[in-house]
Amino acid sequence: MDAIILQILNGLDKGSAYALIALGLTLIFGTLGVVNFAHGALFMIGAFCAVTVQRILSISFETVDPTKTDFLGNPSKISTPYVEHWFGPEFGATIIDWSVPIAILFAIPIMILIGFVMERGLIKHFYKRPHADQILVTFGLAIVLQEVIKYYYGANPIQTGAPMVFRGSFDFGTLLGFDPNVIIYPYWRLVYFGFAALIIGAVFAFLQFTTFGMVVRAGMADRETVGLLGINIDKRFTIMFGLAAAVAGLAGVMYAPINAPNYHMGMDFLVLSFVVVVVGGMGSLPGAVLAGFLLGILESFASMTQVIDLIPGINQIIIYVVAIVVLLTRPRGLMGRKGVMEE
Amino acid sequence: MFGLDKKDTTLLLIVAVLTMFAPFILNPFPAGSGMAQFNAGYPDLMQRFVIFGIFAIGFNILFGLTGYLSFGHAAFLGVGSYSAVWMFKLLSMNVIPAIILSVIVAGVFALIIGFVSLRRSGIYFSILTLAFAQMSFALAYSVLTPITNGETGLQLSLSDPRILGTSVSADGGIPVTSLFGIEMRSTAEMQLGPWLFQFNAGYYLCAVLMLVAFYLAIRIFRSPFGLMLRAVKSNQQRMNYTGLNARPYTLAAFVISGMYAGLAGGLLASMDPLAGAERMQWTASGEVVLMTILGGAGTLIGPVLGAGFIKYFENIFSKINDNVLHSWFAFMPDGLEDLMVTIVHPFVGKGWSLTLGLMFMAVVIFLPGGLVEGGQKIGKMFRRKKAVDGTPSAAKTPAE
Repeated sequence: MDAIILQILNGLDKGSAYALIALGLTLIFGTLGVVNFAHGALFMIGAFCAVTVQRILSISFETVDPTKTDFLGNPSKISTPYVEHWFGPEFGATIIDWSVPIAILFAIPIMILIGFVMERGLIKHFYKRPHADQILVTFGLAIVLQEVIKYYYGANPIQTGAPMVFRGSFDFGTLLGFDPNVIIYPYWRLVYFGFAALIIGAVFAFLQFTTFGMVVRAGMADRETVGLLGINIDKRFTIMFGLAAAVAGLAGVMYAPINAPNYHMGMDFLVLSFVVVVVGGMGSLPGAVLAGFLLGILESFASMTQVIDLIPGINQIIIYVVAIVVLLTRPRGLMGRKGVMEE
Repeated sequence: MFGLDKKDTTLLLIVAVLTMFAPFILNPFPAGSGMAQFNAGYPDLMQRFVIFGIFAIGFNILFGLTGYLSFGHAAFLGVGSYSAVWMFKLLSMNVIPAIILSVIVAGVFALIIGFVSLRRSGIYFSILTLAFAQMSFALAYSVLTPITNGETGLQLSLSDPRILGTSVSADGGIPVTSLFGIEMRSTAEMQLGPWLFQFNAGYYLCAVLMLVAFYLAIRIFRSPFGLMLRAVKSNQQRMNYTGLNARPYTLAAFVISGMYAGLAGGLLASMDPLAGAERMQWTASGEVVLMTILGGAGTLIGPVLGAGFIKYFENIFSKINDNVLHSWFAFMPDGLEDLMVTIVHPFVGKGWSLTLGLMFMAVVIFLPGGLVEGGQKIGKMFRRKKAVDGTPSAAKTPAE
C-alpha cells in the first residue's frame, strides 16, 4: 500500500510537467492548427529563465578586506552580491535564495513576447502549408533555439537550487498513519504539483469563464464563422500562442530545481509530450491533462523493482507501449474530438 | 538503357561518373595548401556520403512518394548495423553475408513496425514511428544488452567464433572486414604533383551499391507501383473510393525504405565494425528527414545531394576554429577582423548544428522543394534572361 502511494506521488511531478507541456501544445494545435515541434524548446527556455535570474541576482562586486589575508599573504577579496549591498545582507540573501520563484515574474513577459514573435514572425506563414512543413520548420527552430542556449550557457547542466525552505523532504506517510520515513516526498515536488494544478486550473477558468475565452473556444470549434461575425480571431489566437508559450515557460522555470537545466531537456520532454498529446487526443485540453498525469504515474509504477523484475525494461518503454495500444484501439486518443487531424 | 528513358539514363550516368571519380572531384586542392581543409576526398568522409545517400534515397521512396513522414527511420539503420556486426562475429568477416542479413532483418523489422504504424496517417503516423524507434533505442540501451552490448556498443573481439573465418588474424589482432580477400580499409594512393588522391576499396563497394540502389529507386519512381504511391500522396480518399486499398502499397514502400536503411546500416558496420544504440536515436531519424528535405523530397537526385551537402558541411564547418577564421579575415584591419571572427564564431566549429538549423529553416520557408527546386529556379532565371535579351543575338549564335 505504502509503495503504491509513493509511486503515485512520484508520478505526479513528472506528470505535472507532461500535462503542462501537453496543455500548451494542445492549445496551439486546437487554436492555430499548427503542430509545434519547438514547444519543448520553450520549456527549456523557461528553465533557463530561472538560471538567468539566479545569475543576475548573484552579480557581485569585489571588495578588499584588509584585515584578512589569504594563504599567500595577499589581502583577501570578498565578493558581495549587489542585491545584498542594496537591501542589506539578510534580505539580499533571501532574495537570492528565492530566485526561482522570482524568475516566474520575469519569465511570464519574456515567454509571452517570445510566443508573439514566433507566431507573428514564423508560424503565421505556415497556416496554409501542409502539416509536414509545419513539423519541419518548427523542428528547425527547435534546433536553432537549443543551439543558441548551448552557445551562451554551455553544454553542462546548471544546478539551480530551490529556496532553502523547500529543500527538505516531507514525511507524507505520517499524515496517513504509516510509520515515519516510509513515504518521503521532497517539498519542492509538492510545490511543483500545486503550481501545475494552479496553472491548469487558471487556463481552464480563463477559457471557460471569460468572454475572451469564450470567443477562443468558439474559434476552435469553427474559425470561419467566428471570423464572419466580425471578430478578429487571428489576433486572439496569437494571444493564445503567447499564453501557451508562457505555460510551457513556467513549467520550465519551476522544473529547474528538480532537474538541472541543460540545453537538450526540451527535446527530451518534447518527444514524450507529443506522445501525451496523441494519447489524450489531438485538440482535447482535458485529454492532454489527463493523459499527462496518467502517463507520468504509469511511468513511475513501471520503475518499481517488482515490476521491472517481472517485465525487464518496461520502465523505459511503458509510455510508448501505452501510446501504441491507445492509438490502435482508440484512434482519436482518450478524449479526442471528431474531425481533428482525421485526414 | 536498363529500361530507362533517355533523361533518366543521363541522370544515372552522371551520378555514376560523379561517384566513380569522386576521389578526384572531391580533392580539388593540393595537399598541404591552405585550401586543403575543404577537400573531402578521403575515404571515411566519402563512405559516409554514399552510405547516407542510400539512407536518404530509401527514405525518399516513403516520404517523397507517399507523403508519410516517418520520424523513426534510424531504427532500421541501427538494426542493420547490429545484424551486420553479429554476422562478423559469428560467421566470417566477409561483408556480403553481413549486408544481406542486415537488409533482411531491417526489412522484417520494417514489416512489423509498418504493419502497425500504417493503420494511421498524418501526425499519428509520425508519432507512432517515433514511438517505435524510441522504444528500440531504449531497449537496445537496457534490456537487450546481451545482444547490443548497451552503452559500449557492439564490437568485435578476439574470442568471437567466426565459423567460416578465423577468430584471430595472422598477426594476432582482430581480422578486418573484407570482400573475398579485398580488405575494406585498403586504400590505393596516387601522387599527382602536389595532389594526393586516395582510392578506397570500401568506398567503391558502397558507391557501387549506391548506384544499384539509385537505379532501383528510378525504376520504382517510374513504375506503376510508384504511380500508385503518388496517388496515395495526392488523394488517398479518392483512391479508396475507386476501390483500391492503399495499405499494401504504403506497406510495401515502408518495407522497401526500411531495407534501404538496413543496407545503409550494414554498410556502416562493414566499413567500421561497431554498432551503437545512438544510431537509432530520434535525432538520427531527424537527420535523414533533413537530408531529404534539404535536397528535395520527391525528386530522384535530391536526397543524394542533401546527404552529401549535410555530411560535407558537417565535416568542414566543424573543423573551422578561431585560428582559421583569423587567417581568413587577416586582410582586414585588426578591429574589423576581430569583429568578423566574433560574428562568424558561433556558426562554425561546435556551432555547426546552429548553422544546420538555420539553413534547414530557410530551406523549408523559402524553398519547399529543396536544393533541386533552387537549381531549377536559377536555371529558369537564366533561360528567361536569355530569352528576353537573347532574341536579337539568337540569329548570330547557333542554338546550343
